[in-house]
Amino acid sequence: MRFGVVVFPGSNCDIDCYHAAKEILGQPTDYVWHETSDLSSYDCIVLPGGFSYGDYLRPGAIARFAPAMQAVAEAAGRGKLVLGICNGFQILLEAGLLPGAMRRNDHLQFRCETRHLRLENNTTPFTHLGERGQILRLPIAHADGNYYIDELGLAELKRNNQIVLRYCDAEGQPTASANPNGALENIAGIVNRRGNVFGLMPHPERALENITGGTDGQLVWTSILKWWEGNHA
Amino acid sequence: MLKHYLEPQDMHSAQRMGLKELEWELVLEKLGHTPNLTELGMFAVMWSEHCSYKHSKLALRQFPTTGPRVLVGPGENAGVVDIGDGQAAVFKIESHNHPSAIEPYQGAATGVGGIVRDVFAMGARPIALLNSLRFGELDSAHQRHLFSGVVSGISGYGNCLGIPTVGGEVYFNQSYTGNCLVNAMCVGLISHDKLARGKAAGLGNRVLLIGALTGRDGIHGATFASEELSDSSSTKRPMVQVGDPFMEKLLIEACLELIDRKVIVGMQDLGAAGLTSASSEMAARASTGVEIDVACVPRREPHMSPYEVMLSESQERMLLVVEPSRVAEVVAICNRWGLSATDIGVVTDTGAVRVLDGSEVVAEVPAQALASAAPVYTPAMQVPSWQADVQKLDLDTVPLPADYSQILLALLGSPTIASKEWVYRQYDYQVRGDTVVLPGSDAAVLRIKGTPKGLAISVDCNSRYVYLDPFRGGAIAVAEAARNLAVSGAEPLAVTNCLNFGNPEKPEIFYQFHQAIAGMAEACRALETPVTGGNVSLYNETNGKAIYPTPTVGMVGLLTDVTKRVTSGFKQPGDVVLLLGDTHDELGGSEYLKVVHQLERGAPPALDLVREKALQKLLVAAADARLLASAHDCSEGGLAVALCESAFPLGFGADVTLENVNQIRLDAFLFGESQSRVVVTTAPSSLAALKDLCEQYNVPCRELGRVSRDTVVVRVDSTTVIDLPTEDLARAWKGAIPCLMSQ
Repeated sequence: MRFGVVVFPGSNCDIDCYHAAKEILGQPTDYVWHETSDLSSYDCIVLPGGFSYGDYLRPGAIARFAPAMQAVAEAAGRGKLVLGICNGFQILLEAGLLPGAMRRNDHLQFRCETRHLRLENNTTPFTHLGERGQILRLPIAHADGNYYIDELGLAELKRNNQIVLRYCDAEGQPTASANPNGALENIAGIVNRRGNVFGLMPHPERALENITGGTDGQLVWTSILKWWEGNHA
Repeated sequence: MLKHYLEPQDMHSAQRMGLKELEWELVLEKLGHTPNLTELGMFAVMWSEHCSYKHSKLALRQFPTTGPRVLVGPGENAGVVDIGDGQAAVFKIESHNHPSAIEPYQGAATGVGGIVRDVFAMGARPIALLNSLRFGELDSAHQRHLFSGVVSGISGYGNCLGIPTVGGEVYFNQSYTGNCLVNAMCVGLISHDKLARGKAAGLGNRVLLIGALTGRDGIHGATFASEELSDSSSTKRPMVQVGDPFMEKLLIEACLELIDRKVIVGMQDLGAAGLTSASSEMAARASTGVEIDVACVPRREPHMSPYEVMLSESQERMLLVVEPSRVAEVVAICNRWGLSATDIGVVTDTGAVRVLDGSEVVAEVPAQALASAAPVYTPAMQVPSWQADVQKLDLDTVPLPADYSQILLALLGSPTIASKEWVYRQYDYQVRGDTVVLPGSDAAVLRIKGTPKGLAISVDCNSRYVYLDPFRGGAIAVAEAARNLAVSGAEPLAVTNCLNFGNPEKPEIFYQFHQAIAGMAEACRALETPVTGGNVSLYNETNGKAIYPTPTVGMVGLLTDVTKRVTSGFKQPGDVVLLLGDTHDELGGSEYLKVVHQLERGAPPALDLVREKALQKLLVAAADARLLASAHDCSEGGLAVALCESAFPLGFGADVTLENVNQIRLDAFLFGESQSRVVVTTAPSSLAALKDLCEQYNVPCRELGRVSRDTVVVRVDSTTVIDLPTEDLARAWKGAIPCLMSQ
């Protein structure tokens, strides 16, 4: 399985995602420059975290115009896997590949800490190895993770089982105090209707080894690999 | 009429720019003619204290600066120490105090930007940031504004760069009310063969300016940094630079690619004194000259004079020296990263910095005169008239507490001791995926991918100790920074420091400065941790009142096996709790005296460097033998606070009994800050081996009790003096700063 990690000017979790795919999963992985317009050789495209174009104007608002994003849209249309983490999620929203929008955290500060998340949907290529209701501990690090979608959109997300992760407390309850940024209904990650584009604010690439604080992020990366292997056996 | 920037100047204009009468005469001598405005401006910034160290140079010579691991010592953009396998750690700490006092967000942000440029200018990949911050007490709305602004500035800039901010310290004391301190430290990683130097070598080589456009911001920033603040300082806000972290991120990536491809001869960042300092220092280091055409410099705004271009401190710019045949390649790499790269001049053999504006010569100054000919002063020294008095402390007049639990809660809630989570949760401390000890422990630890090694980093200074006794306080700052590495299992390697003091032209201030350095130097020699560089920040005074002398120490240590790192938190109920080191009957300078008795006086705790070194050697050996479950330095708040801080990470407790404390006051035993002490825990099965090791290293070891489930209990013989649920203690500790900051 071949991974491509898109590098925008200002991306900074690109090396972490590269490390995850290349060293932890042991799969061939390339950095892909944002000016690239052909991503056809990749089975999974990762939009990493960071501050593409300095997050100027609005996180993701400029990156969506990069040539690589046209190619990401084409790949998504062909059913390839697209994983957007943190800034990558914000870019997917701005590009319209996922529904909704991201606002500044309600407390107006950047927040870096490890949070509990409840797995709401274990039928996606990114989470199929998990169990519904499973509680994960994953690091977050963002200033703009306050997810919003209008009522109709929210109903649609629910109807199509597109909500994948919710911030929750240690017991799995999506309470207000477990919500680190004010996100609507504690939403931390969603997929598109087809299920092949996944955006999430937490960083699964930061939770792969015990020495750096846990292994709960393996669920996402290993699910991706197993799903692909299952389809290419 | 002569253009204003070409007009010959006189002594009065020199004085307006901060030069003294004698310095003006020296300028005339070095230059051989009367300087015009541009030339005089160049001298004024380069001969400011910030750039020339004219008052501090002699005192700084006390530091040991060599050692088997030192690859680059003081004088370059940053220090470099060998960490084995052909790799090196590059590190430096620098102040951005005055800008932060005027405009906290941008002041702190650009402080981070500057220190990061110093590190990648050496060719190193920046891998960690730390900071040391000091403010007045948080009951003032203005101090809260400064505190939150500085933290936001560090967060906004550092996070965007993708460099984890992994540690630091924050103190609150009224002495910083008018002059907060913002010291930023950066650590980078490099292989020896990639080491870059800031040299303008090679006659005929081109000089390229890359990065941001040059604007009018920060003109005379270095001069501003070298004078006292006053009530009218806010009018100097235009001297504060504005940061663009995105531009800096692009600069990092572009410069590291340039180094990687070996297409440049030299590189230097444009920090204080901008183009003037970068060009003159690069030429001086290579004993060459440089000719620059300011007309080529890309501007942010029209009608800038050559004077303004040469003195601008616009951020996120680097000066490169490139062989003519590689210029196109360098420009292409920069352009790929979206950066402009402009050929603005050439390396000459004249020894001068020659500034042209098109065809017109606007300045011609010997590079050595700018970079290294500033006068070196031997300022007068005098023991402060109040020094002996503040050291007096009659413990008989200090009543023993009636309720030790209440005292402990008060100490844990003191902002200087309280949890700094409110601060570090605003910093991305995990990006790059190598942070293995997160903020909140004694030192930050990062793994080095591809090797079994780890780097430990700490930053420390208890300035109250330095105020009470500059020599001992300076020594303790070094000892504690090293101890914080050793408790993490790392061997301390080398020091960078940021010396924040008042006006050195006042004999009492210079006494503090000289003595603190003497104390630091003695500790550096004893602990075999040479100084590889740093920064001096003087004139930290407001309306004539100086800050506590604050020589912040940044230190880097090496773990040969990062899996052997030790953290401060208790790991398991039933583990044995031990106190390493001796406790003395001393309370001078303690946080306890300040918080409970409103006293900031007494002699700071004694420091025996032989014992300190033995303790540190023991800690590293015990970690290496995997005998330690946890280890935590006893610092502010003493033993009682150290026990609590060890209990908090996993929510455990401690069941501790103190025996044979007869010679020592109980408040001194619990809250005193005797040096060279560490609280450690070990599995019962490792206890005998640990005690043997203590004996071998001649380190006193006192068995205190056990790690318990969820309550902190301290008994003295059979009397219980503290008995509180860990949860209640943790609430006081964690809630203090968020409560004061109302969130």
